[in-house]
Amino acid sequence: MIDKSYRSSLDAIRDVRDGAVIMFGGFGLAGIPQNLIRALYEKGTRDITVISNNPGSRLGDNEYGLAPLFQAGRVKKYIGSYPTATRSFKALHEAGKVELELVPQGTLAERIRAKGAGIGGFYVRTGAGTLLAQGKEARTIDGRQYILEMPLGADFAFVKAYRGDTFGNLVYRYTGANFNPAMAMAADITIAEVEELVEPGMIDPDAVQTPGIFVQRILKGERYDRWYE
Amino acid sequence: MTAGMNEKEMAQRAAAEIRDGSSVNLGIGMPTLVLDCIPPDRTVFFHTENGLLGMGGFAPQGSAHPDLVDAGKQPVTSIRGASFFPSDLSFAMLRGGHIDLAIMGAYQVSEKGDLANWTAPGMLPSVGGAMDIAAGVQRIIVLMSHTTKDGKPKIVRELSYPPTGFACVSLIITDLCVIEVTPAGLLLRELAAGVSAADVIKTTGAGLIVPEKP
Repeated sequence: MIDKSYRSSLDAIRDVRDGAVIMFGGFGLAGIPQNLIRALYEKGTRDITVISNNPGSRLGDNEYGLAPLFQAGRVKKYIGSYPTATRSFKALHEAGKVELELVPQGTLAERIRAKGAGIGGFYVRTGAGTLLAQGKEARTIDGRQYILEMPLGADFAFVKAYRGDTFGNLVYRYTGANFNPAMAMAADITIAEVEELVEPGMIDPDAVQTPGIFVQRILKGERYDRWYE
Repeated sequence: MTAGMNEKEMAQRAAAEIRDGSSVNLGIGMPTLVLDCIPPDRTVFFHTENGLLGMGGFAPQGSAHPDLVDAGKQPVTSIRGASFFPSDLSFAMLRGGHIDLAIMGAYQVSEKGDLANWTAPGMLPSVGGAMDIAAGVQRIIVLMSHTTKDGKPKIVRELSYPPTGFACVSLIITDLCVIEVTPAGLLLRELAAGVSAADVIKTTGAGLIVPEKP
């Protein structure tokens, strides 16, 4: 009987080494794998390449989500669409302490999806002729300019779903899905944390959003912070 | 009374462009004011690129959910008939031309409808979904102040800010006027109360087609 469940976040990320390339689901603080992020912070992993829409999130004067990993100098490179989401990223980047690869949000999602779907690249109109087209092959299709974008994968994907079963089938909630389903497909090892971990059969097959084939490890998140009232 | 429209009036003017049953993406900032300007007899599906079609309004205190936010990461609600979906599908809606209208802010718009709204020279750039929207949405309305804080034109012959997209803006609504981007050039369509065509020409950095009675 397949059982992909792990006892704890730390247990599930034990083999994540320094220098790992890791995708993190989430948009702002919605749908972020907050327990896996905390575990990675506690583990002390360094020289990480972070792939995520934003490098954490700022609410008032405090920064949450991935921000502590950046603040602690654990991140070598950030690939995402919204680096100005935190002040800490801006400061680190200005000090030359973290590399940035800026990717339009839709292109980011599609590059990740392409990797997971076995697509070797694709042409998009997004960004054609702009600063973000530099170094990319351009092509005219049906009279309009497109640029070539390449697939984007990772060693690990840390994703968050609302509910999951021990086979790895996942169900998301509200806008908590965002990048999680695409990222689950695109990494060598996908680790999913869920608020509710159930036995196989407890999730209606019609309701499954990420089939378990894309998920290698699953765990029930230890603690879910709420940032809004 | 000061001449021109305030932000609320600009948002109301933008809302008048939204047809019943249409899907609309609102940018961060001033465009979000449009949410409250839709008459109750009109059903509009507001799209937020992080994965919701059918956004309601900002969530009232006490009912916010951390997994239900808009593109500005603010807690929101969903309306009857709304749907949630992942980012890749959300951007398929935008790039694939399925969203009828986007209302965005801007640093500059050129006379050809080129748009600059993702970053300013010398800034750490963020791009978010701006370029995807500029590339894919059927119709784009820009909602912005007519000039910069220090009085420089934001409607210009050629962009000096980094472009987001090209020939993508259809309509510009500012505190002073409404301008349509046409193949012949920028057409002054409406003037705000107390504003003259001369006021607009003086503060616009591109040629304007001024009809007898705009």
